[in-house]
Amino acid sequence: MLLRRFLVRRALLGVLVLWLVTLGTFLLFFVAPSDAARTLAGRQATPEQVELIRHNLGLDRPILVQYLDYLGRLVHGDLGQSYFSGESVGKLLAQDFPPTASLVLGGAVIWVVIGVGAGVVSATRARSLLDRFVTLLALAAVSMPTFVVGLLLLYFLFFQLTMAGAPVLPPDSYVPFTTSPGEWARHLVLPWVTIAMVQAASYVRLTRGSMLDVLGEDYIRTARAKGVPEGRIIYRHGLRAALTPVVTQLGVDVGTLIGGVVVTESVFGLGGIGQAVVQAFVSGDLPVIMGVVVLATTAVVVANLLVDIAYGLLDPRIRLA
Amino acid sequence: MTVRRPSGGAARGTIMSLLEVTDLQVRFPTSDGLVQAVRGLSFTVERGRTLAIVGESGSGKTVSTQAVLGLSPGADISGTALFEGVDLLKLDHEQLRRIRGAQISVIFQDPLTSLHPLYKVGWQIEELIRVHRPDTSRAEARRRAVELLGLVGIPRPDRRVDDYPHQFSGGMRQRAMIAMSLALNPKLIVADEPTTALDATVQAQILELIGRVQAEFDIALILITHDLGVVAGIADEVLVMYAGLVVERAGRRTLYYRPHHPYTKGLLESIPGSSGARNGRLRPISGSPPSLIAIPPGCAFHPRCPYAMPVCAAERPPLSRVTGTASGGTAGDGDHASACWLPHEAVGLGPDAEALRLRAKEA
Repeated sequence: MLLRRFLVRRALLGVLVLWLVTLGTFLLFFVAPSDAARTLAGRQATPEQVELIRHNLGLDRPILVQYLDYLGRLVHGDLGQSYFSGESVGKLLAQDFPPTASLVLGGAVIWVVIGVGAGVVSATRARSLLDRFVTLLALAAVSMPTFVVGLLLLYFLFFQLTMAGAPVLPPDSYVPFTTSPGEWARHLVLPWVTIAMVQAASYVRLTRGSMLDVLGEDYIRTARAKGVPEGRIIYRHGLRAALTPVVTQLGVDVGTLIGGVVVTESVFGLGGIGQAVVQAFVSGDLPVIMGVVVLATTAVVVANLLVDIAYGLLDPRIRLA
Repeated sequence: MTVRRPSGGAARGTIMSLLEVTDLQVRFPTSDGLVQAVRGLSFTVERGRTLAIVGESGSGKTVSTQAVLGLSPGADISGTALFEGVDLLKLDHEQLRRIRGAQISVIFQDPLTSLHPLYKVGWQIEELIRVHRPDTSRAEARRRAVELLGLVGIPRPDRRVDDYPHQFSGGMRQRAMIAMSLALNPKLIVADEPTTALDATVQAQILELIGRVQAEFDIALILITHDLGVVAGIADEVLVMYAGLVVERAGRRTLYYRPHHPYTKGLLESIPGSSGARNGRLRPISGSPPSLIAIPPGCAFHPRCPYAMPVCAAERPPLSRVTGTASGGTAGDGDHASACWLPHEAVGLGPDAEALRLRAKEA
């Protein structure tokens, strides 16, 4: 009952956010100095031809009319067609979403395991040599640009391995999960590691700090006084309570990355949402841009909703309302 | 697996104290210097009896018991602490862990922060049971948790067992902590400021409860407090600590009516409505406790003592027996010791004792 009211409220809020973001993007598009009609017409086109194309695309109507028209179709689930390929945007997204989602969600599993694991180790041995080493490693990883990590991995784990006669990992491209789960994973290993390395670093620091706070709490002292074994104290009592900020961060990161893991997608030639939106921006393909924006915003809204629900599950003191 | 006891220790038949701490010293190396938290503490706790340890914050009263139980990481500890003849300070982590919670349990000051906020109260009691007795079934542990919650006066324990700590009131939380401490029939409970975080009305109930379960299950109790008023009801013997040392040791009545050490006297006079605070005037002890990194030489209390003599700054007074003017007292009262250079007869809060003290000071 309470949960349903919460979900309804959050859904309405999500729609509001979505509306504001589409409006903002729409207005920005017309401020930006890109002209889809001119691009589409080509260099040799006469002004009349450009105008004709502009008219055909409906770009000569007032912005407000265009926007309302777009909204009207959006409500019915129609995201329009790409100016250039003429393909339905919904179909384009359906094609680009799986690689991105695979990359982000799979990577998230890896970076959470590594980040939280290393963070716990670091926190329980605070100020030890191991702790300092982990901290240093995390700092190095977080300061490294994604494309450097990606290219390094490609060089060593694809190029050198293949040259050495062990072509274990493929260089690029995406294989759908439904085609072959094994190939899907094999093609995603390097992208996953790339995105996880960069992300894990901040999770190490987050987990370490949160764990150190929790391990100083009175209830941890109580657990020791109860004679609870140390391992159980760290995981059942400590980590359980230290997870909240990690979950928050995870929601934000996954939501944000769905809308654009451009670099990793490009380095490994996965296709995906990030690459699609970059192309669309360059050519001024408004329907595609809008489609990606709608998708990315939805991802962020849903991720945040999941975070809030997770809070309720993690902490009995939090009531969803 | 049971904890191995050194054979040939205190033989059967001889009377062995439950806990016998001798010359306990606890130091913490810090970047500012060596913190001397406990500087040679000795005491014994007999089965079923109550020892109160009284002192200001920083007197070493909490650190000493936590050090004995292996709950003060980073401490440099020496001395012996014989629990039923086994030196707790020589046990390894695992052996000590098996004693904690099972044979010696602890009740902490703030029951809100001392219970895990994310687990049900019942679960936390069940955990204690199952950690020490892994063959106890979940249902059995739960039954025991309900029984314990009922025992400490929580209404509808079968329902409250599934509540989270935040759904309990402060007093109920402390009751739950007490229930938890009783779960495995310990021989000793260390109650560290068990009522400090509670409302005055609830304080009395909790003390009454602690006294009741202690008597009912014949448990020895170490009651740590800064509040002599808390001690009045339940202590058999009282240790007054200052700067990591015992300054006075006495039976409860002796301590209240015939204190010897000026620090004890000061504590009594600062209790509102006590016999010590004559004419309704509170007399706080001036100054503040010393830094444990730079403890004053001689008697650590001398900079704050109204009767300080030259010898006080030069030489540390030994804890020695004092003889009261009045005779008698209970058995526990026979052992009245104080670490002070004032004459042994200068006990009590009356004008005679005061005159004695002032004369000694002038001499």
